[in-house]
Amino acid sequence: MKLDVKNLSFSFKSNIILNKINFSSDSGECIFLLGENGAGKTTLFRCILGLLREYTGDVLVDGINCKRLSVKEMARKISYIPQAHSPTFNYSVFQTALMGTNALMNMFSAPGEKERQIVFEKLEMLGISHLAERGYAELSGGERQLVLVARALVQNSRILIMDEPTANLDYGNQFRIMEQVKKLAHQGYLILLSTHNPEHALLFADKVLILKDSKIMMYGTPAETLNPQTIENIYGIDVEVQIVHTNKGNVPVFVPCVG
Amino acid sequence: MINTAEKRGRWLVLVAAVMLVVVFVLSFALGKYPVPPDTLLHVLWSKLTNAAKDWPDDIELVIFKIRMPRIFAGALIGAGLSAAGAAYQGLFRNPMVSPDVLGASAGAGFGAAFSLYLGLNFAFVSVNAFICGIIAVGTAYLISTKVKQNPTLGMVLAGIMISSLFTSGTSYIKLIADPDNTLPLITYWLMGSISSIRINELVYASIPILSGMFILFLLRWKMNLVAVGEDEARSMGINTKIMRIIIVSAATMITAACVSISGMIGWVGLVIPHFSRMAVGHDYRVMLPMSMIMGAGFLMIVDNFARMLATLEIPIGILTSFVGAPFFLYLILKRGNNV
Repeated sequence: MKLDVKNLSFSFKSNIILNKINFSSDSGECIFLLGENGAGKTTLFRCILGLLREYTGDVLVDGINCKRLSVKEMARKISYIPQAHSPTFNYSVFQTALMGTNALMNMFSAPGEKERQIVFEKLEMLGISHLAERGYAELSGGERQLVLVARALVQNSRILIMDEPTANLDYGNQFRIMEQVKKLAHQGYLILLSTHNPEHALLFADKVLILKDSKIMMYGTPAETLNPQTIENIYGIDVEVQIVHTNKGNVPVFVPCVG
Repeated sequence: MINTAEKRGRWLVLVAAVMLVVVFVLSFALGKYPVPPDTLLHVLWSKLTNAAKDWPDDIELVIFKIRMPRIFAGALIGAGLSAAGAAYQGLFRNPMVSPDVLGASAGAGFGAAFSLYLGLNFAFVSVNAFICGIIAVGTAYLISTKVKQNPTLGMVLAGIMISSLFTSGTSYIKLIADPDNTLPLITYWLMGSISSIRINELVYASIPILSGMFILFLLRWKMNLVAVGEDEARSMGINTKIMRIIIVSAATMITAACVSISGMIGWVGLVIPHFSRMAVGHDYRVMLPMSMIMGAGFLMIVDNFARMLATLEIPIGILTSFVGAPFFLYLILKRGNNV
C-alpha cells in the first residue's frame, strides 16, 4: 500500500495553511509528523482522510485518487485514530470497536457473528479483550487509546492516521502505545502520526516529516532530520543530542540546554 | 463469543414489551366509567374472535369509541416522540436534546394557532400544523447548511432562532385573537391533549409517524457511529451529510405529526430516551426499540391519570411536564454515577 501526497495545498479564507505538500510513503513505515502548534498537522491529516475536501492537489492511495472514492471506500483504505477523548455516550469497549465494522458492510446491514469475531481478534491482539464489557468512559487514557486503535484495525484498512496518540498519556502509557505502533508497522501497516515529542520520533520513527510555515521543511530518516539545528528551527529551543548507554544498547536523547 | 450486555439488553426489551401489552389492555379498563377486567377481557376476546355481542351498548361505546382512540394515540405519540428524541440526541451528541430542538413543535404550534384564528375546521388545523412544523425545520436546516465549520452547532442555533420566531408569531396571534372563544381554543390546543383525538385523524397521522419510526429503526446501528462525532463517523465510512438529512427528516415527520394531532406534549422525548439509556445502555440497536416501548407505555399511563385524577380532565401536556421535570432533576443529580 502506497500513500502519495502531491502538491497538496489548503487555505482557509485568505490564510494559506498548507502550501504544496509533497511526500510519498510505503507500507511498513512509521512516519512521524512534527511541527509547532498551528503548523497544519491536523489540517494535513484531515485532507488526507477526506474530511476536508476543498484542497488542491492530490492524495493517492496505490495510485488511486482519493477524491474519486466514496466515503465508505475511503474508510476501507485509511482509518483515523483520534486522540483519546471523553465520550458523550458511554459505549462499551466492545460496542466501540464494533463500530469499525461499518466499513466492511453495506448500507442496511448490522454486524453479525463474523464481524464480532473480527472485533474479538483485534481486542485480543492488542491485549485488551478483558476490557470488552467495560464502559469506554471508565477506562484510563492509555486503554482508551488502545480501544480506538482496535476500532481502526477492525476497519481493515492498511493506512492508519493517528492524531497525537501520546498526548494526555502518562509516561509509561506513552511508551506502551509507541511500542504497539511500532509492532503494527512491522506487520505492514503504514502509520502516519503527529507528535509534540521529538524524542519519540528519535526512538520509533522510520521517517520524520517536519512542517514549518505551511511547508515541508524536511522529510527523511530520524538520523537525517533530527539534529539540534532542526529542533531549534521548529521549536526555538536550544538542545543537544546525547547518546546514552543503557543495558539494551545505545539510546539517543535530546537534552535541553537550560539552567 | 457471547456478549452479556447485549443479551441483557435484548431480554429487558422483551420484558418491557410484555409490560407494554399489559398496560395497553389495562388502559381500556381505567377511567371515569370503570370497566371490570373480566368484562373487558371478554369483550376484547369476543371482538378478536368475532363472537356475538352480549354486552351492553354503553360498554361498547366507552371501550371502542372513547378509550380506544386515545389509547392508540398515547402509544403512537409516546413511541414516536421518544424515538425522535433518541435520534436527535445521537445526531447532536447531546443527551439534553429533545424532539423540538429544530423548531418542529414551535412551527406546528404556530400553524395550529393561525388556523384556529382563521376559524378553520379541525382537520385543517392538524394539516396546517404538520405543514408548518415541516417548514420550520426545513428553514432551520437550510440556514444551517450555510454554516461551514460546525454543521451540528449550526443546526441547533438555527433551530433556536426559528423556534423563537414561530413562538413570537403564536404569541401575536393569541394577542389579537377573540378572547371569548378563539383564545381559549388556542390555549387549550397548545397545552397538549389526546382526549379529543378522532380515529380517522389518528390513522392519517400514523402514516408519517410510523414511517419515520421505521426509517430510524432501520438505521439504528448507524446511529451509534453518528453519535461519536462527525469526523470519526466519516472516517468509518458514514456519509454524515446524507445521514443527517435522513435522520432529521424522519424525526421531523414524527414530531410534526405528533404535535399536529396532540398539541405540545413536552418532556417525553427527552426523559424517556434517558430512562432507556439507563436501562439498556447507549447501543441504539437496543436503546431505540426500548425508547419506543417505554415511551408508548409512559404516555398511556400518564393518560390514564389524566382522565382519572380530577373531575375535570387534565390536559396530558401539563401532566407530562409535571412528572417529567422532577424525573429530570433526579437524572441530573444521579448523572455521573452510572449514566
